[in-house]
Amino acid sequence: MDLVLLLISSMIINNIILMQFLGLCSFFGVSTKVKTALGMGAAVIVVIVIATAITYPLYHLVLVKYNIQYIDTIAFILVIASIVQLIELVIKKFSQPLYKALGVYLPLITTNCAVLGVALKVVATPQSFPHALVYALGTAMGFAFMIIIFSTIRIRLETASVPKAFKGLPIAFITTSLMSMAFLGLAGLI
Amino acid sequence: MTEAKQKVNLSVDNKDNNLLSIFTTGIIKENSIFAMALGLCPALAISQTFESAFGMSLLVVIVLILTNATISALRNFIPGAVRLPAYIIIIATEVTVINMFVDAFALDLSQALGVFIPLITVNCIVLGRAESFASKNSVGKSIIDGAGTALGYGIALSLIGFFRELIGTGMIKIGVLLPLPFEFILFENWGLSKYALGIFSQPPGAFLVMGIMIAVIAVYKNMRAQGGKK
Repeated sequence: MDLVLLLISSMIINNIILMQFLGLCSFFGVSTKVKTALGMGAAVIVVIVIATAITYPLYHLVLVKYNIQYIDTIAFILVIASIVQLIELVIKKFSQPLYKALGVYLPLITTNCAVLGVALKVVATPQSFPHALVYALGTAMGFAFMIIIFSTIRIRLETASVPKAFKGLPIAFITTSLMSMAFLGLAGLI
Repeated sequence: MTEAKQKVNLSVDNKDNNLLSIFTTGIIKENSIFAMALGLCPALAISQTFESAFGMSLLVVIVLILTNATISALRNFIPGAVRLPAYIIIIATEVTVINMFVDAFALDLSQALGVFIPLITVNCIVLGRAESFASKNSVGKSIIDGAGTALGYGIALSLIGFFRELIGTGMIKIGVLLPLPFEFILFENWGLSKYALGIFSQPPGAFLVMGIMIAVIAVYKNMRAQGGKK
């Protein structure tokens, strides 16, 4: 039961974009089309879950054992960079259109702070391995959820008559602010 | 003799101009946040108060100068094929060192910024400058470029933090997080706290302030472009 609660709270209530401000570059960068948003969301879910599944045991079995927890950032970024390379190869092999659509943003998942942020947050608070995985999955699903919702809003925004100065990025920020306000209302739910 | 001296002066001037333009490009024309929309996550997450934003800016300045200098110094030894992983390792190492320094000397700041200090590693600006500038230029130029870019980032960050804290709480507290020997509050007796809008200290306010600031800068740029045409 608490795993379900954790999944919901990490996905919707403590949403990674609206409440924790992680992964904003790709959130604003890749959300101009629904299709690319779907691809990015899926890629981020896969990367975050696999990365956490590797970094959590790495931290507890290797870094803690040899008392070198302070190199966690360096170790984690290496793991993440390798996973992203691997996924890039797989997507390139199996889905050329998706590869073309994600283009420059796929290697950028390495520097997507959401991935490293989740990996670091998971080991910063003591919790069991299943909890860590569920937290990672929920957070990543929250990212995918938001980027897909936002991309559908953004298509409408393109045709809306927005004041000239607010065209493009500023109105995207204002929209995100309103989304954030709406999700703030869920704060006391769990 | 005087002519030669003048020539030297001139060449020094030219060089200064060049370095100056490298320095100011990062601050104004290619301001990371307002012009390029890079490095947004920390800009929104830790701009809750002016001081945390300012502390983050200081860290970014130090990190960017260090990484730019290191990568520029090593640019002839790193093989092209593995340069990105190499840069990331260099950056991660230096950020880890800085993180330990902050833990040791400014615990309050370290607690306020939390996970965002190690996350400087994946700040697009740091890797972006390494790839687009430090890997091609000399150490001196790279340091100046790093300082300029980081300063532009810091100014933008501090501005966002300033407005968010001012509107959100009605005052600006200084000396709470940074290890300063004094502590004072700006606008303390202005009675602004009665009109404070708490939402600006919360996540929605960050997006709102950011959107409005980018819009204001767009208006300014439009006006300048139109003025130029006339």
